[in-house]
Amino acid sequence: MSPTLRSSEAGHPPILEMRSITKEFPGVKALSDVSITVRAGEVHAICGENGAGKSTLMKVLSGVYPAGTYTGEIWFQGQRVEFKDIRASEHAGIAIIHQELALIPELSITENIFLGNEVAKRGRIDWVEAKREAVDLMARVGLEENPDTQIKHLGVGKQQLVEIAKALAKNVKLLILDEPTAALNEDDSQHLLDLILGLKGKGIASIMISHKLNEIEQIADSITIIRDGRAIETLDVRAGGVDEDRIIRGMVGRSLESRYPDRTPKIGEVFFEVRNWTVQHPQAPERLVAKNSSFHVRRGEIVGLAGLMGAGRTELAMSLFGRSYGTYVSGTIIKDGKEIVLKDVEAAIDHGLAYVSEDRKVLGLNLLDTIKRSIVSAKLRKIARRGVVDDTREAGIAEEYRKQLRIKAPSVDVGVSKLSGGNQQKVVLAKWMFTDPDLLILDEPTRGIDVGAKYEIYTIIQKLAAQGKGVILISSELPELLGIADRIYTVFEGQITDDIPASEATPENLMRSMTSAKKKAIA
Amino acid sequence: MTTANDPTQKKSGGLSDIRKVFGGGQSTLRQFGILGSLIVIIVFFQIMTNGLTLSPTNLINVVNQYSYILILAIGMVMVIIMGHIDLSVGSVAAFTGIIVAKSMADWNLPWPLAIVLGLLVGVAIGAWQGFWVAYVGVPAFIVTLAGMLIFRGANQVVGQSTTVPVPPEFGKIGAGYLPELAVPLNFNVLTMALGVLGAAWIAWSELRLRAQQRKTGSDMAPAWVSIVKVVVLAGVILWAAWLFATGRPGTSFPISGIILVVLVIVYSFVTNSTIFGRHIYAVGGNRLAATLSGVKDRRIDFFVMMNMSVLAALAGMIFVARSTASGPQDGNGWELDAIASVFIGGAAVSGGIGTVIGSIIGGLVMAFLNNGLQLLGVGADFVSIIKGLVLLLAVGVDVLSKRSGGASILGIWSRRRQARLETAAPEAPAVVPTAGTNETSQPADVVRD
Repeated sequence: MSPTLRSSEAGHPPILEMRSITKEFPGVKALSDVSITVRAGEVHAICGENGAGKSTLMKVLSGVYPAGTYTGEIWFQGQRVEFKDIRASEHAGIAIIHQELALIPELSITENIFLGNEVAKRGRIDWVEAKREAVDLMARVGLEENPDTQIKHLGVGKQQLVEIAKALAKNVKLLILDEPTAALNEDDSQHLLDLILGLKGKGIASIMISHKLNEIEQIADSITIIRDGRAIETLDVRAGGVDEDRIIRGMVGRSLESRYPDRTPKIGEVFFEVRNWTVQHPQAPERLVAKNSSFHVRRGEIVGLAGLMGAGRTELAMSLFGRSYGTYVSGTIIKDGKEIVLKDVEAAIDHGLAYVSEDRKVLGLNLLDTIKRSIVSAKLRKIARRGVVDDTREAGIAEEYRKQLRIKAPSVDVGVSKLSGGNQQKVVLAKWMFTDPDLLILDEPTRGIDVGAKYEIYTIIQKLAAQGKGVILISSELPELLGIADRIYTVFEGQITDDIPASEATPENLMRSMTSAKKKAIA
Repeated sequence: MTTANDPTQKKSGGLSDIRKVFGGGQSTLRQFGILGSLIVIIVFFQIMTNGLTLSPTNLINVVNQYSYILILAIGMVMVIIMGHIDLSVGSVAAFTGIIVAKSMADWNLPWPLAIVLGLLVGVAIGAWQGFWVAYVGVPAFIVTLAGMLIFRGANQVVGQSTTVPVPPEFGKIGAGYLPELAVPLNFNVLTMALGVLGAAWIAWSELRLRAQQRKTGSDMAPAWVSIVKVVVLAGVILWAAWLFATGRPGTSFPISGIILVVLVIVYSFVTNSTIFGRHIYAVGGNRLAATLSGVKDRRIDFFVMMNMSVLAALAGMIFVARSTASGPQDGNGWELDAIASVFIGGAAVSGGIGTVIGSIIGGLVMAFLNNGLQLLGVGADFVSIIKGLVLLLAVGVDVLSKRSGGASILGIWSRRRQARLETAAPEAPAVVPTAGTNETSQPADVVRD
């Protein structure tokens, strides 16, 4: 970067200006007169609740919605541009990296990086050159792998890096990242954020959409807040005075007193206990995904399970839930003083366990189904006689849950695919509440949902605990665990490494136990 | 979340309510569309053939000729909802046919026992194919492709590639009619009685639906909509019954048609209202989510594949009965007709979507198209081309309309109607009152944001 530019940071020329963008869908204005300015070499965050219009704005920018379907002007690098498709915007130097990665699992890193942008002479791919360039690009993003490795063998974090390398291969000037760290653990997230800062140093500007406000606070130079399709304000982070609460205030248009509802826990006796639980990886028997794990849950208690991605939290939970994951080796489950054997999911449900999965779209819901059918789907027997479902009761029960959990939908006959993430999650919670569980295992229950909906989910979790149910909360967000758990277990490489009461837990001591195998004696 | 096309049009008008005739779920729209195409096709041929299409003789003919394809479609839609396919049904039908014919001709098995034997053959073959699909995990496409070859060959081995005749009593299930009662009326009393029964059932189920909606407080159509709905549907049924009842003396509603109607009722009920039926949709829609909800997906795979073979066996017997003999080429290409019916009827290739009623309507589209073209003297070559194009068009429109965010074939039309009603309805909530009824581009994207 040239020193002349460095001298006046705020005075950088804008690389991108979107002026008065208005995008209408039938019956609704998704964006209304939105203007944003991104300066060269800055990280510009866009914040807003789900459905505020962030993704629509990025789709306008990247040509997913071609010029002409919206009003307003886009100026990129000093020129008015009208992209007719994604290729056009990529050609101009704008690359969008989606939440769902667009890599091909069976192809190698090199092949993926140059997919659609092959290093070729007269139609013949020059693999030697391609590989050389791939190694170069991988070094730039800090990815240490063999360029011939197939994508399917990489973790999500590394796949994300391949995506960025792919963008760099196209000589990108402006990188758009849509929830880039949503699926990453803290380490990988940090690496990615450092990389974004590094790219910024090399003059590549980024637009970042994220729900993780701490990350935004950490790396963004400026923040545009979008609410209900309008740009509410642009905050200059370098000027100071911008913290998470300030951002949240802008996003929700009100001040959230606390992000976690208050509660006085009423904790009873231990009713659920797991002893020496050991489980093998389904494909690689020599790998243990759970090693001799023991833990317990009391009635009315919210127990957190903290661990980095890949530590085995989900695997542990699923193996308990009717052996849905891995191969059972040894261990016992004791509930209400009696040993129980849960050979399949049905048995687990019958014994009062519920597992709300990490990925509601893949594991939690049938997206083709309606709200009411989804809610009763995990325990149809409850409303059936001789195998025949009583649809009057079904509708009645679903309606009750809709009101109780405040699922935003005009009726329970609406398809779940039409709901926002937060409301889908409420449907999943209703589905498991309907099974009358004693123990709810919630795996990342607030992933990808907005701040307002998160608060509601926390309230529901606390209500369940108040009814005397036990809750195991798996979360990658430490503040969330600290905010609502009563006690936190840490998991590292399939082992439970610590048991910390929430009052004593800090992000630091949790992180220490999440990253080392030194096992403290658990009383 | 601000959405434009959320079905917020509670009580907005008859269209959405009439759609409810075809049951709940998200596939209703398409069926509504395909029903429209069926009516258009029938009216078109009725005009082109100067009223021949809806003459009693022709209607009876259509039922006799296509009932076995429609029976296959019932099983096939369940297979397709599960995300599988069954290519073996034609061969299974032919194999069952020859076994049943042989059992009566060579071993003098009485015909009722022969029918039982035929069904057992279906169960056995179904268990065989179900085992490979569900418990070994071979894709159904492969298992049934193998089955198609195996049972075609088995038919020819058993029958030594010849035609084996069946006794006339057996012929009843394929070519028999409801008997005439000894009453001095110039129509078939039993057929009309069935029609009246059907009409009464329509009225009763509408009343029941309204009672349920009142009880649960869910959206309820205005009374006039229900009345119009019942009158129209009951009218159609009574009219059809009248046509069947007043055909050539000695003919009336065919026995095979009765078998079909019973199966449609039973399987609609099974798929809609039983735990087993719900599990079919659950596994087809999202297998992982279903297993994590305690559904035993392999068991469902097994029974759905088995059920298909049993229905194929039944279809095979009806066909043999109608053609009074079992031959080596019976059932050739049936699987394709059945599969086409299911897809025209709105099922999704990726599974999870489809209904029995929809598939029957899809099958009737194929049947009336075939029949009408034949009445017009169009050759088999062109009939085949036209059928192919109709299938492509039906699924193509479906794919296109899904891409633009809707859910249906001709649903484009009904969605526009819906949008208009929505914006017209004063209580239409939560919609920014700006954009008006501009019906272009992709409405669903807003929701996904």
